[in-house]
Amino acid sequence: MKLSRRAFIKSQAVAAAVSSAGLSALAPSVVQAEDKEDEEIRWDKIPCRFCGTGCSVLAGTLDGRIVATQGDPDAPVNKGLNCIKGYFLSKIMYGKDRLTQPLLKMKDGKHHKEGDYTPVSWDKAFDVMADKWKTALKDKGPTSVGLFGSGQWTVWEGYAASKLIKAGFRSNNLDPNARHCMASAVGGFMRTFGIDEPMGCYDDFEQGEVFVLWGANMAEAHPILWSRIADTRLTKKTSSVHVLSTFKHRSFELADNGMIFEPQTDLIIANYIANYIIQNKAYNKDFVKNHVNFKKTATDIGYGLRPEHELEKKAKNSGKGKLTGISFEEYAKALELYSLEYAVEHSKVPADRLEELAKAYADPKKKVMSLWTMGVNQHTRGVWMNGLIYNIHLLMGKISEPGNSPFSLTGQPSACGTAREVGTFSHRLPADMVVKKEKHRKIAEKIWKLPEGTINPKPGFHAVKMQRKMKDKVMNCYWQMCNNNMQAAPNINDELLPAWRAPENFITVSDPYPTVSAVEADLILPTSMWAEKEGAYGNAERRTQFWRQQVDAPGESQSDLWQIMEFSKRFTIEEAWGKEHAAKMPEYKGKTMYEVLFENGVVNKFAYKDGEVKDGEGNQYQNTESKHFGYYAQKGLFEEYRQFQIQGHKGHEQAPFDEYHKVRGMRWPVVDGKETLWRFREGYDPHVKYYKPDAKKGEVYFYGKKDGRANIIFAPYEAPAEVPDEEYNFWMSTGRVLEHWHSGSMTQRVPELHRAVPEALVYMHPKDAKKQGLKNGSQVKIVSKRGEIITRVNLRGRNKPPEGLVFVPWFDASRLVNKLILDATDPLSKETDYKKCPVKLVKV
Amino acid sequence: MGSKSLSNKKRRDFLRGIANVACGVGISAMGIGWLANKASAMPPQAIRPPGALDEDGFLSRCVRCGLCVRDCPYDILSLADLDSDVPVGTPYFTARTGPCEMCDDIPCVVACPTGALDRRLVDINKARMGLAVLIDQEECIAFQGLRCEVCFNVCPLQDKAISLEYRHNDRTGKHALLIPIVDSQHCTGCGLCEKACIMEEATIKVLPAHIAKGRLGEHYRLGWKQKQKAGKSLVTPDAEHKFNLPEGVKYDYDNSELHYEKGSALDTLNRRRGKQ
Repeated sequence: MKLSRRAFIKSQAVAAAVSSAGLSALAPSVVQAEDKEDEEIRWDKIPCRFCGTGCSVLAGTLDGRIVATQGDPDAPVNKGLNCIKGYFLSKIMYGKDRLTQPLLKMKDGKHHKEGDYTPVSWDKAFDVMADKWKTALKDKGPTSVGLFGSGQWTVWEGYAASKLIKAGFRSNNLDPNARHCMASAVGGFMRTFGIDEPMGCYDDFEQGEVFVLWGANMAEAHPILWSRIADTRLTKKTSSVHVLSTFKHRSFELADNGMIFEPQTDLIIANYIANYIIQNKAYNKDFVKNHVNFKKTATDIGYGLRPEHELEKKAKNSGKGKLTGISFEEYAKALELYSLEYAVEHSKVPADRLEELAKAYADPKKKVMSLWTMGVNQHTRGVWMNGLIYNIHLLMGKISEPGNSPFSLTGQPSACGTAREVGTFSHRLPADMVVKKEKHRKIAEKIWKLPEGTINPKPGFHAVKMQRKMKDKVMNCYWQMCNNNMQAAPNINDELLPAWRAPENFITVSDPYPTVSAVEADLILPTSMWAEKEGAYGNAERRTQFWRQQVDAPGESQSDLWQIMEFSKRFTIEEAWGKEHAAKMPEYKGKTMYEVLFENGVVNKFAYKDGEVKDGEGNQYQNTESKHFGYYAQKGLFEEYRQFQIQGHKGHEQAPFDEYHKVRGMRWPVVDGKETLWRFREGYDPHVKYYKPDAKKGEVYFYGKKDGRANIIFAPYEAPAEVPDEEYNFWMSTGRVLEHWHSGSMTQRVPELHRAVPEALVYMHPKDAKKQGLKNGSQVKIVSKRGEIITRVNLRGRNKPPEGLVFVPWFDASRLVNKLILDATDPLSKETDYKKCPVKLVKV
Repeated sequence: MGSKSLSNKKRRDFLRGIANVACGVGISAMGIGWLANKASAMPPQAIRPPGALDEDGFLSRCVRCGLCVRDCPYDILSLADLDSDVPVGTPYFTARTGPCEMCDDIPCVVACPTGALDRRLVDINKARMGLAVLIDQEECIAFQGLRCEVCFNVCPLQDKAISLEYRHNDRTGKHALLIPIVDSQHCTGCGLCEKACIMEEATIKVLPAHIAKGRLGEHYRLGWKQKQKAGKSLVTPDAEHKFNLPEGVKYDYDNSELHYEKGSALDTLNRRRGKQ
């Protein structure tokens, strides 16, 4: 910690006094008085920048710099704790290579793909960019431009982006990196419940008894939540932990029942459990009768590849998600195939382990919390798999009450709050609405004060489709904000890299750091991050947390919000909408897109003056954007967004803007100032009475669906897109390590974290290594049909794969493991499978 | 990395070391006595390569040839020069900056021409270069409940040399502490944990075993360990105990637990009190 100025002067004075008295300063062996260096630091609350857990920290600012942080002892999520990433939050903004001015690839004074990065002014940067966008719009229409955003955007950044693309450009080409992360979870929620996000909350960790991890390494990926499960396991005698994975990882440390299954056979295991419950007549008959509909899903749906791919041509129902009603008996019949023997044979999990798991679910007295993340979501049948877990909970009625909780975890700090809730997906609008539905478009057009028909009814390009459409030169202008797709997207050698390098395409990357994405961009925009702007995140338990701007960003950096709003000034509404459509609203004639979208009387409703933003102690905070635009932009955007919650389908309500600055977050729906812990149950959730006025005490009502019933959807096992063969004879799974977050653009710039885990190693079984002539530490090339990386072998570490599978963490910018991955997606959620890639290993 | 020849810096260090030794021998007043003094004052952070004999034995065998340094594929070994506190010309490494990577084929031992590094060491897991000690449990953030465990994560003998003990966190009441525990039976003293420790000053450090280890009095044995070692009680186990108990109640002697028959009054009462 830095010595404050006063403390420094004081210590100097002491030293001077001591030396003038002819004494030496106190020896270190003498007890020293506690120093007072902390007293000039200003502390304010702010959620952690990393995962979806949503720990709160106190950021300590001195002389315009965050000099220290501490876990927030008053935050219920983390009670003063942090993981090792959160411990280093104060260092993430101060990497030596922060970008501080816009950089354009230029040659002979002009933009040129082969040119060198040259500093330019924001004006010049936006002139060049807008020029490209205008040309594309004119030549090819609104689908030729697009924005790739983020579950790390603040709530208002995501909301402003949604408005910019959907209302401003009338394009739906907006997708977040949450597509690579949470899209399957969203698909599962919408199909089963008709409304997004978990019904339970983190209190289920203390209320629960049995915890089942389906494809989540919480020990590393959700460290603080894991310590809560661990504490319950330690202190509650009846509790147990079951862990399912395709390889042994750190969560197995706590597992009473650890299960390694063959990739993709989670589909079989989940169906086996449902079958076990029905065969043993253990299901909750009342619950099933009153709260559930049975459906089956269309099968043989392909792998979300390009339509000309052989696998797509072969699939009977490529991309289809149609649900057909079935009876309970038909459902039971469909499950019959999934016997214990069948499950053991295919999953290779021993029978007694599977049975132990099935019994835990089937015991009506045991409370069960299921948890999952990327193992389930990054899956070519991810939406199905989400549904199969809900099936088990719905059969037993173990849902929507303390401790009984199917819980979809999130990876990003605002995957829920931003990516999902404000409609940054290519098919969505704010508050769970979709562009396809006329009623939803009309609500959006009314709130946004747009002429009817402004919003394009056709969903835009999702993340993977964007890279295909860019490579095909259909989409020419692409703006990436707040993420690192060149390190994240699958199969970049065949798709994203040629797409970005094509001379027809103009790529803009906004980032605080020169990431692997930035170095492939035409234009790099230096971007403020985290505490350098006022923000809000929504964590995995529906908790919305706000923070104030603590410090200024370095150099000419500006926030994503500033960039979005400022860029919209470059277009007249006629340029954006076309003259014909613009003519429908004569009052907009001659206005800029900025004026139409943001100076609409709502976003600019709240005046801003310096000193406006204060904490409970009276400290004053900057707000760079509001100062620049002349009104409290964040507040205006949030209050406009709240209109979607009020005018749309009830169930998403948040509190007024100002309330959030006074609390460590609130869990929505917030109705009459009260938060909701468990949804869909009378007593806990006020909306049950709203939708079903005669609901009895404690009654469940799934109001996301018209008839209040959730769907149990039968989905069978279907094979993965690729399986190992003689040449590519290993499975490769990617995943996370505790010390790094996402693509490492922040954590790899913290020297201590870099020293702890400098590179992504390949973890494999010692027998496999021996067969390949590899030792611990050997250099090895990992090759798939699409690319190769070189790394070193680890046989001793935290991950212990079974024979035939290797594991490579995904964070290392010097080893782009994403280029090995096939761009096969779940055909319903369009989310890529990063867990099942056939590879071969070649000794180097 | 992987270079088999001495790097330039290493060669310079090495030559300087030789010159110093020659010089030292030339000044008879200092001579061997001076070197021996230095040996006893060896700084605790200087660690000998794997297989090193005890310090006296090592110094008497080591001819300061530098071959171990040359053959270390990770370039972590140095030869001590005159201004270090390590006897001049002898090899050592410093865990915080360059720990032993524990090569399976232990090239430094193979290279040693004199047996100062004991050639009988063929399994690197049996090396005992020192012992990792969680030396500052007040500062170590794992003891405060933060989720670090970096030392555990990098330990090449994970779950053996360093394991994690889960403890209840009394302060928060709902987050377990994951406490790293070093087992001297398995720790090789490689120092990977000390290097990786994310603290400003490492809270886990590799120390020479003679500094790190305590010793139980010879007059005492730990009963449960003796029992485990013997595989049975050292004294014939008790005959069966019998107890006066109300009807429907069973007493588990080993665990000191009372069990009530389902549906009995005591069972109901205890359930109501949330005991079961």
